[in-house]
Order: sequence, then structure tokens, then C-alpha cells
Amino acid sequence: MATIIIDGKTYEIPTGKNLLETCLTLGFDLPYFCWHPALGSVGACRQCAVKVYKDENDTRGRLAMSCMEAVAPNQRISVSDPEARAFREQVIEWLMTNHPHDCAVCDEGGSCHLQDMTVMTGHDYRRFRFKKRTHQNQYLGPFINHEMNRCIQCYRCVRFYKDYAGGHDLDVYASKSNVYFGREEDGILESEFSGNLAEVCPTGVFTDKTLKEHYTRKWDLTMSPSICQHCSIGCNTIAGERYGTLRMIANRFHGKVNGYFLCDRGRFGYEFVNAATRIRQASAGEAVVSLDQLFHHLIPALKQAKMIGIGSPRASLQSNFALKALVGGDNFYHGVSDNEHDLAELAIRILREGSVRTPSTREVEQADAVLILGEDITNTAPILALAVRQAVRQQPGNAADAVNIPVWHDAARRELAQQDKGPLFVTSVHTTKLDEVARDVYHAAPDDIARLGFAIAHRLDPTVPDATDLPEAVALLADRIAQALSAAARPVIISGACCESGCVMKAAANVAWALQKKNPATGLVLTMLECNSLGLAMMGGHRLHAAFNAVMNGHADTVIVMENDLYRHGKADEVDAFLSKCRRVIVLDHLLHKTVSKANVIIPAGTFAESDGTLVNNEGRAQRFFQAYEPTDIIRESWRWLLTLGQQIENNRMATWRNFEDVTLAMDRDEPLLHGVMAASPPSQFRIAGQRIARETHRYSGRTSQQANINVSESKPPEDPDSPLSYTMEGFHGQPPSSLIPYFWAPGWNSVQSVNKYQSEVGGSLRDNDPGVRLLEPKTEGTHAYFVGVPERFRPLEDHLWVVSLHHIFGSEELSAHAPSIAQRIPQAYILLHPADAAALAVETGGVLAFTIDSRSYRLPVKLSEALPVGIAGMPYGIEGVPYADLPEWAIVQRTSQRQNLNDHSYAKRHA
Amino acid sequence: MWLTFLHMFRKRVTIQYPEEKAKLPPRWRGRIVLTRDPDMGERCVGCYLCAAACPVDCIALQATEDENGRRYPEFFRINFSRCIFCGFCEEACPTYAIQLIPDFEMAEYNRQNLVYEKKDLLIDSQGKYPGYNYYNIAGLAIGGKDKGQAENEEAPVDIRSLVP
Repeated sequence: MATIIIDGKTYEIPTGKNLLETCLTLGFDLPYFCWHPALGSVGACRQCAVKVYKDENDTRGRLAMSCMEAVAPNQRISVSDPEARAFREQVIEWLMTNHPHDCAVCDEGGSCHLQDMTVMTGHDYRRFRFKKRTHQNQYLGPFINHEMNRCIQCYRCVRFYKDYAGGHDLDVYASKSNVYFGREEDGILESEFSGNLAEVCPTGVFTDKTLKEHYTRKWDLTMSPSICQHCSIGCNTIAGERYGTLRMIANRFHGKVNGYFLCDRGRFGYEFVNAATRIRQASAGEAVVSLDQLFHHLIPALKQAKMIGIGSPRASLQSNFALKALVGGDNFYHGVSDNEHDLAELAIRILREGSVRTPSTREVEQADAVLILGEDITNTAPILALAVRQAVRQQPGNAADAVNIPVWHDAARRELAQQDKGPLFVTSVHTTKLDEVARDVYHAAPDDIARLGFAIAHRLDPTVPDATDLPEAVALLADRIAQALSAAARPVIISGACCESGCVMKAAANVAWALQKKNPATGLVLTMLECNSLGLAMMGGHRLHAAFNAVMNGHADTVIVMENDLYRHGKADEVDAFLSKCRRVIVLDHLLHKTVSKANVIIPAGTFAESDGTLVNNEGRAQRFFQAYEPTDIIRESWRWLLTLGQQIENNRMATWRNFEDVTLAMDRDEPLLHGVMAASPPSQFRIAGQRIARETHRYSGRTSQQANINVSESKPPEDPDSPLSYTMEGFHGQPPSSLIPYFWAPGWNSVQSVNKYQSEVGGSLRDNDPGVRLLEPKTEGTHAYFVGVPERFRPLEDHLWVVSLHHIFGSEELSAHAPSIAQRIPQAYILLHPADAAALAVETGGVLAFTIDSRSYRLPVKLSEALPVGIAGMPYGIEGVPYADLPEWAIVQRTSQRQNLNDHSYAKRHA
Repeated sequence: MWLTFLHMFRKRVTIQYPEEKAKLPPRWRGRIVLTRDPDMGERCVGCYLCAAACPVDCIALQATEDENGRRYPEFFRINFSRCIFCGFCEEACPTYAIQLIPDFEMAEYNRQNLVYEKKDLLIDSQGKYPGYNYYNIAGLAIGGKDKGQAENEEAPVDIRSLVP
């Protein structure tokens, strides 16, 4: 701590920060553009000038850019000094000389950092009489709109895109006041994090194109705190609604999970909520039925039925728990493939019984050595990949620390580090985007990756069984990795369920455990397949196959499938047989899919935006998401449907449950692994000064007019029995507890930069700590045994291919694939082969490979890749046109004759 | 008493409305209209500022865009049963689209009829501000006006040029 005097007042402040951060933390409104808490300082915009005085006798002082000035003890500065203010106003005036007269038609308007800063400095009248420079725009793909005239040359976009997120295709062109930020030519932005440009850009150059389709100003949205549903990281988001449709997803800062950024799947995948394929009506048989008819039809039947329930890894804890309570614990099945089921249980075992803690994403950023075993995290948990990209800067950063370059001094640190990268080792089946920043890359079969893992663990702790007869290159690699991990201060091992190999996860656990004996700061991150995979596994339940057997053997005749497309988790013929054997198939879901089409009764469930719920992320953190708006028609949350059904069929356990809180409380009490989940959010009775927290801003418009076309008398606004939030602009508008922040706003700060005001220290955690509770903590005492059973070396078989899943950020996840913007980025179905295999099988790129897995036949167009190990084939996971297969599995390849191959070629063309 | 007597010979203030209409000043704040620009394009760009300024929140709209990037309101609704004719919407409007005109004869027997949609609001006139066309000043390219063609704009920068 140090003392600093600002405008004559003395403050106690932490050292190691720059003046800008310090002033903002202390609550001063100091304008800035190029500085960003995650990107650091470069001193490019000259906006944050303050007066710095040499000593107490200095009366003149000097102007200094506060973002480039480290705080010094007993320093005297002035923010409100007239000269500094005039300087800041003048800088804005210069920046505005070329800024177009666009605010009325600019999507950023109302949440624009440039607007805020212009007002803050007091510049209000244009004196510049000359012409404005203009720029042509570019097409940047389905996510981001480009309007280059509005640029103020702060360089934040390229600093984020290139330096922070590792993108290659956005750059700066031309010179002086003509500088142009864009691509070399029109085209889709390649980075998975391009959506953040909309939030990073302080003005309207890069804006959210999906929001533009149904544009609404920030102040007109009904917003609520939500959790991303599209991967297992559980990034915090803000969901904004207007006129009954979801309009946008914005980042909700979380100091531990997602920080300032989201991936494109999370930001743009929301449009499935508004999809035309939404289920909005209940139906029984073929007919659409009303609520009364539905219950009339369903209740007598359910009272007699032998019910089983199939839950879902993409449904909330409450929904799964309500289903479990409705059908009884013995009749509750996880709607995931057996392999996925095993992997999720293995993950819990590793995280609970092991001694190594799962670091949060923010802690991964701080890691100085990272080993990724088997996962392509750019596609399965993108924000984790972004964190790893920051982690590789940690070790080169030591050199900067040695010469006293502070952490925030971004330009200098990058200059010093040049291309130097910290130890990152990527092992995967196929190339990943992180390969380019990795020190060593190893592409091999999952079993070989596991063997490498065992070998590393053995080198760290000789009691771990070693993988014998490793090839020399691999043994040397294991030596290098073991050495780098032991030398690191905060090593992190990353693996997960997405590579679908238990051995790899076990190997990762062994490495982490062995390393932890040397270094207690070791972390182990396991990614999961879906947003609540871990939560579902923590609830306990049977395998999907057991559900099939229960019906096939006549133990049950009615199945309730909740928010799950069984065809994504089971083989088509088995699911077909199962569903046709059931007397009654009741499906609760929000989107049409194949399982829905086979249902006798369809019940419309709410999506995340229309529901309250809790998800458990890969770290074991339970996080609450809140309903953004009351659904239309008869759509309700799954758990509410199940609660109503339970009460109608006189389920004793559910008789007293009335709302969200009751379900959560019962779950907290009855599920041992989920104990503590109640603490994920304040209770629904929570009030601040007797008020609910308003979902709408105080500027919300159209209250007395938006429904006036239906009825001029305004109806009563909906009430929320499940949360302390209100659906109106009436309520508390200050800073609520961190888990209840519906939007970021502070006086004078309308843009997302207002998040500074919500943090206890700029760039740090939210006030009163970051939301969510960690339910999984490692064992602190006692020992645990290492996993044994080193897998055999992978040997290719003739006429066989070992088929593994390849994940895609766009397409592999079920819900986001329904968003029109994401759909444009989904790859075509394919099977990836090594050229040697393709040559042996006489197929080429674009040709069709016919093969059978588990005596089911598949035909997919061929793609080739040198990076894939020989004998292995990659099949995209969850993409339309790729039928489900229980992977990884051996495929038997039917050799095609040259002639048939030619025919296939034309087939592929036809279907391209 | 004397004063009262004198008043009997003064000119009458009361006019025989509705046979005789009151003369309203041009800045009278009456019925709200949406005007058009000199090219007869809709002036409203759907910026939502009128709705935000409205103290009784009686304006609701949804912005949309034509194929050339020109913004216009998909629907524009004013609930005149709530409107207090304060004129804040007109003050807030950056494009002179929304204007209050000297007409107050809007009475209805049925309150629902006081909900005006865009078709009721949009007039074929420039209203009080003839000659103003927002897109001639804004930097956005729309159909018929490319980048650099607005008032006070240079031609677009050739980013591949090295000429200083």
C-alpha cells in the first residue's frame, strides 16, 4: 500500500498499478480509450492526461498520460486541473473531427464509450470546418458489422484480435489519419473471439450483426444475469429481451470464469431462442392441445403408468432434479451416451478424490506451464483456449519483471518478449489452433496420448506406472514436458471428456497428482461436453442403456424425455426401437428435433432466457441464471412443468414444492454432492431497501405503448416468484449483489466500460466477490492411488480405422447450431483421413468413404489431413448429416472399386 | 359594477368553436406526425431517442433496415391516450422526423382509437423543416448515396496508396 494525493485529498492505494487504474478504482471519472483492463496500456490515444507534480512545492506540474505512469508513494497528482481538462477536451475534439454524424443510426449509440467520454470531457461544439475523411467498409462475416468511418484509431481492435486472441486476419493498414482496421480483403473473420470486437471497440466500428437484425438500444432491453449454455465453462452473460424475443447476449464480467470476453458461439448462439423451430404449443398425438386438455389427457395416464425419466446435460439442475423427483431416483436416467456417462463420473472422481484443485479460467491465465492432453479446447471450451493464450505470456513475462516493467505496460512487455513463448504442450489427435503457440505439439491416437501422459507422470513420480517401449522421440518429449512442468511455479494440466478417452483423463490426473507432490500450486482442468454435464453427473442416475433395457424388458412403459435429443446420444436404431416400444413418449423441449417428432405428447419448455436454473460448470462452480422474460403461449420452465405434473399426480415428495426456491432447497438437502447449491444466488425474498432489483434500466421506453396495439389499457407487469428481480423499471438501480447484476451502468458510463465501477479493484473481482459457489473441492488429507493400466500402443489395423470425434466450435453444440448466424459457419459433414490411409483405401478428397461402425453403415465425404495419425479417422461431432456413432470405435472400411468411387464423387458434388 | 358594465361593450373573446376555428401559432404542440425528407423518403431512422425522451413512455417502435442499409421504423406506435404533448420527442429527434403540428382535434369515443400506428402518423410533407435530409449529413452509406458523397466528406481513403 502507498499513499497518494489526488486533488488535495489523500488516498491509500495498492502499488504496482498505473495512475489510470488507480484513479478509476478510487471512483474518479477519468476518460480513456486505448487502455483496457485486460489489454493493458500502450499510451496511444493521449486521452487520460492528468497533472503530476514533482513534490509538494511544485506548482506547475507536468501533463502525463495516467495509463503510462506507475503510481509512486506520496505522489501528488491532479485530475481536475484546468490544464489537464483542457488537454483532454482538445484530444476528444481532434478525435471527433472525422467522426461521422451517425449516432442516430449507430448500434453503439447509448452504450458508446466515445459518447460517454465526449460528454465527460465537455466537448460539445464542432469547430473544425474542413471535410471528414471516409472509408469503405468490409464484409466481415455473419457476426460482426463494419463501419470504418467511425474509427478513432485507438488500436484496441487489433490489440485484442491479434495480440490477445491470436487472430491473424484483422490488421491495420495505411498510415497517419488514414489508418484502416480491417481484413486484407472482404471475408469472414476467422477468430473464435471476433464477437468481442463489438465490446472492445469504444465506438461503433465493430458492432454485433445479429443485434442489428432486431436492433434495440441498450436502455430498452429487459436484461437479466444469465449463464452461457453452449459449453462447460459457464461464462456469465447478460441476456437482453425486447418485445418478447431475445435480442442479444453480452458479456457479464466474472473475475474468475470469463473475465471480459466471450467466444462467438456463446455470444451469437442465442438466436435459437427466437428460432422458427421453437415448440410453442403443447400437443398430444397429432393435435395441438390447450393446457386443460393436456392435463386431462396426461394425468390419468401418468397415474397408472410405469414412468421413467431421461434427463439432460443441457438442462438446469432444477429441471433434472424435478424429473428425478417425479419418476423416482431409481427411474432417473442420464440422457448421455454410456461413454460420456463414464467420463463425467470419472471427472467427478478425479476432482473429488484427487488432491488437485481445478483452477478457474482466470487462474489458467496465470499459469506458467500448460500441458493439454487430448483436448482441442479452442473448439470445446474456447474461453479456456483464450486463457491458455495468455498463459504462454507468463514465462517470458518473468524477464520483464526482472527489469521492472510492470504488468500493465503491455507494449513494453510484448516488445521485450518478442516471439518468446512460455511452455505450452499440446497433444491432440488432430491439429488445434493452439498448436501455433505451443512449444511442442504431439498428434497421436488417444491411447498414445495417454501413454505419453503416463510417461510424464512417471518422470515426475516414479511410483506412477510407466509406459514401456515408447518411441525415442516421444520419450524425449516426455522428458522435456516433465522438466518444464517441474520448473514451473503454477503449472496447469488440461484434459477432458471431449476427447472421449478415459485413459487420457486418467493420465492427466496422474500427471497432475504426481506434479502436485512437488508443487502444491498445480491445477487440473477437465472440460466437459455440455453446459451441465458435471451437474447432471453429480446428481446421480442410471445409464441411457439401462433406460432402453427397462422399457425393452417391460419394467416401464412411459418415458419422459426432458430437453434431450436421444438421437444425439444413442444409436439411431436403438433409440428407434426404444421409442417405439414405449407406450407413451412425453418430450419436454424447446426446439424441434428427431426425438420430438417421435413423441406422443410434446410439452413446450422454456429456453435459458425464459427459465431460472442453476448449472455446474467444469470447475464444479454452481452458477444461477435468471429468466430474462416471461415466456409467451404456454411455455414454462421444465421444472415448473414437472412440478405441476407431480402435484397433479399426487407425488408426495413434490406436494409442498411451489417455486424455484423449494426445488433448489430440496435438492440442496437431498443430493449430497450438490449440497450448498442454495448459496449460488440470494433468496427470492432478497430486497434492497425493500425493493426488487430492476431488470429494466431507468431509461426504459415504450411502457405505455408497446402492448397498446392489442389493448390500450396496460396489463399488469408479470411478477417473478423465483428471484429478487423485477420485470419492470421500478426497483433498485444501484449495485446489487454480484450474482444479481442485470446490466452494467453507472452515471456517465453507459457503455460496457461501466464494469469498472462494479469491481472492487479495476480488473479484479466484482464487489462482494464473484458469483457462484464451488461445489467440488479436492481432498486435502489422505492419499489416493494413481491410476494404473497404461493402455497398449495404438496399432493401425488393415481395413479398419479408429474413428474419433472432432469438435467444431460452430455446429458441434446442439442449441447454437440453430442460430442462423452460427449456421453459416457450420462445416459440411466429412470424414477426415490421413492421405496414406486414403491412398490405401483408394479414396480422395471429395470422394465418399463407406464404412461400418458396430455393424451400422455410414457414408461420408472424405477430407484429408497430414496431421492426423495413420490408422485414425476423424468424424465431426454432432454436426447435421453425421449420424451418431458410439465413438471412439473401430470402423470397418469397405474397399470401393475405382468405378464406384467415381460415382461417389458425383454424389458428393450433388450433395455439396 | 361600472367595470362589469364596460365589459359588455368589449369585443368578444369567446369564439364559436367548432364553426369558427381558433388560430393556432405554428409552434403549437398538437398532434404528432412523422415527416418525410425532400426526396419523400421516411425521415425517421428508428433511433429510439423520442421513445427514450418521452416522459410517459407512450412511443414504441422497432427499427429495421432496407436492403441498402437505410434504417426506418418497422412499426411506430404512439399511444395518444397517454401523450401529454410535451414536445420532448420533437426536441430529441436528430432527423426532424417527429414533429408536433397545430392540430388538436383528435377526440375519440373509444380509447383504443387513440393508438396511432405508423400509417396514421406518417405524412407526405417535410413539416416545419423543409430541405433537411439526415442521410446527406450522416456518414452511413445508403442506397443512392455512397461513402464520401455526403456533405463535407472527402472521397473514401485508398488504403493501398502510399501518397502522403
